[in-house]
Amino acid sequence: MYRYDEFDHKFVEQRVGQFRDQVARRMSGDITEEQFRPLRLMNGLYLQLHAYMLRVAIPYGTVSGAQMRKLAEIARKFDKGYAHFTTRQNLQYNWPALKDTPDILAELASVEMHAIQTSGNCIRNVTADQFAGAAADEIEDPRIYAEIMRQWSTLHPEFSFLPRKFKIAVTGCENDRAAVRVHDIGLIMKRGPSGETGFEVLVGGGLGRTPMIAKTARDFIGADNLLSYLEAILRVYNQWGRRDNIYKARIKILVHELGIEDVVRRVDAEWARIKDRSYDLPVAERQRIAAYFAPPVFEQISGDDPTHLEQIAADPQFANWVGTNVVAHKQAGYNIVTISLKPIGGVPGDTEADQMDAVADLAERYSADEIRVSHEQNLVLPHVKQADLYTVWQALVKADLAIGNIGLVTDMITCPGLDYCNLANARSIPVAQMISERFAALDRQLDIGPLKLKISGCINACGHHHVGHIGILGVDRRGTEYYQISLGGSAEEDACLGDIVGPSFDYDHVTGAVETIIDTYVGNRHEGETFLNMYRRVGIAQFKEALYETA
Amino acid sequence: MTLSAVTANRLDDGVVVYLTEAAGWSENLNDAARAEKGPAADELLAKGGADFLAVVGPYLIDVVSAENGLQLVNMRETIRAAGPSVRTDLGKQAGN
Ligand code: SF4
Repeated sequence: MYRYDEFDHKFVEQRVGQFRDQVARRMSGDITEEQFRPLRLMNGLYLQLHAYMLRVAIPYGTVSGAQMRKLAEIARKFDKGYAHFTTRQNLQYNWPALKDTPDILAELASVEMHAIQTSGNCIRNVTADQFAGAAADEIEDPRIYAEIMRQWSTLHPEFSFLPRKFKIAVTGCENDRAAVRVHDIGLIMKRGPSGETGFEVLVGGGLGRTPMIAKTARDFIGADNLLSYLEAILRVYNQWGRRDNIYKARIKILVHELGIEDVVRRVDAEWARIKDRSYDLPVAERQRIAAYFAPPVFEQISGDDPTHLEQIAADPQFANWVGTNVVAHKQAGYNIVTISLKPIGGVPGDTEADQMDAVADLAERYSADEIRVSHEQNLVLPHVKQADLYTVWQALVKADLAIGNIGLVTDMITCPGLDYCNLANARSIPVAQMISERFAALDRQLDIGPLKLKISGCINACGHHHVGHIGILGVDRRGTEYYQISLGGSAEEDACLGDIVGPSFDYDHVTGAVETIIDTYVGNRHEGETFLNMYRRVGIAQFKEALYETA
Repeated sequence: MTLSAVTANRLDDGVVVYLTEAAGWSENLNDAARAEKGPAADELLAKGGADFLAVVGPYLIDVVSAENGLQLVNMRETIRAAGPSVRTDLGKQAGN
């Protein structure tokens, strides 16, 4: 894992000191809320419905056991004993007091964490594949480049007042687990003509009011030139991105208005000007950063562990969980374990402090001290020996964390919605809970198969509803919660936006509508056909008919 | 009849509060000063807005008087006054 150098330490500590002073000045009346607001947002502190909310950065979703334990301790000491993991691989505390936040930030700094780049019109915390460094299909660990981009973007003087926020995601292989096509810049690692590492660069993706799938700006940029090329994109955006209208300020609008060819022309012109002027990292520096992400020392193991196979045969619950939550690792004898934060009827993404401690213990003992946060609001133990899976599962059972539903209908992405969020139109969490309870039976979930259901409480789309196989958007109709359903979206390699199925449903009917949609799929699918493939084959009409036939 | 009251979040801890007749802030909706919509409500809001040392972001909300005290009319304010509907063990509804 990346460790802070002296510069990082000093910078984060200075920031805590500055913020302490800014909070004191706000509380004594030396500065107004208008003056203070941008300062608190720069440190991840928002004001929500019931209280402040502190968003803690988890760069590329990687945390150690000690960091997780510190996050749990903060939840107990300064909050209400729990925390929420977000679709940007970050963590949110829902109840911190303003007066405590400097102390919270100091606690975070003690384990090399902070809340920088979690808000404001800057380059936000870079996200990455949660299986980075463990995935069997990756070329290189994408976190090396995420960390390089973090160092490049933090405190970048030119890019701290962009027209709007700017999100970058990177994946280490063609299989996209990081939803890179719905980011301002998405990077897909590839091999170049002579086997060198590089990236396909996609630009202008994003959800929200005007959802767009990113377009390819360049098929291949060598890793050596990544920073200068990104610099060129950001410069073009910074210069031509609209600042007159907050809804038109993201780079996706620039790409849409100018066209990708024109944007690429401008980027290439800028890049030609700057690429030889040392914007790029020297190879030695890249190697230095890469060394932090060197894989743990794996044991050489060949073949399946016989005891593991016996445990699978003897314990069907364990076998089910392995089937849904455990995937292959690049190292033989190891697996990647996803810990679902979507218990039936629970709050997606929420974890109790005791559960965070339990995960920290497991990471230290069985996963090379590494935990990942996925953009699908789950946790990952990336390096678990097959022979340890049963022990890990038993510990997860004890911690109420052994939910076997990854990739199934109850593994929903859900934003906080009107239960917490100041911008919400409708509640999201109770809708997720109703659907989760309706489909609680594992047999039924397994029969339905891979299904990505995503729920947002307003058009800002933090719950990625546009790219859900089934997407649900909360809307407000004269003070009453309604839910608009879309079908056929995807956030993966085949990314596309869903189609709105028709008039929205009220709170009491949305679960039934989802069930009708799923029953329509189950009743009409071909052998082995997933929901998404069936939708693509038959189109929306059949679903419309099933939903609205009585009208 | 729908009246107006002023709500905000308390500066030091973010707790939802309501402007009282005595120009203080109370966590209890029933303590809220109320005014008819229009100029009287604007005046009330101006009073709350001057108090930037105590609260953040005061604004007007609709309330109606009922037998058992003041009632809120919209969902957002109802949730603000109670706490998350999915965590009834937290927030004002739970007394913490
Ligand atoms: S989608 Fe809307 S309601 Fe949900 S968290 Fe984002 S801003 Fe809040």
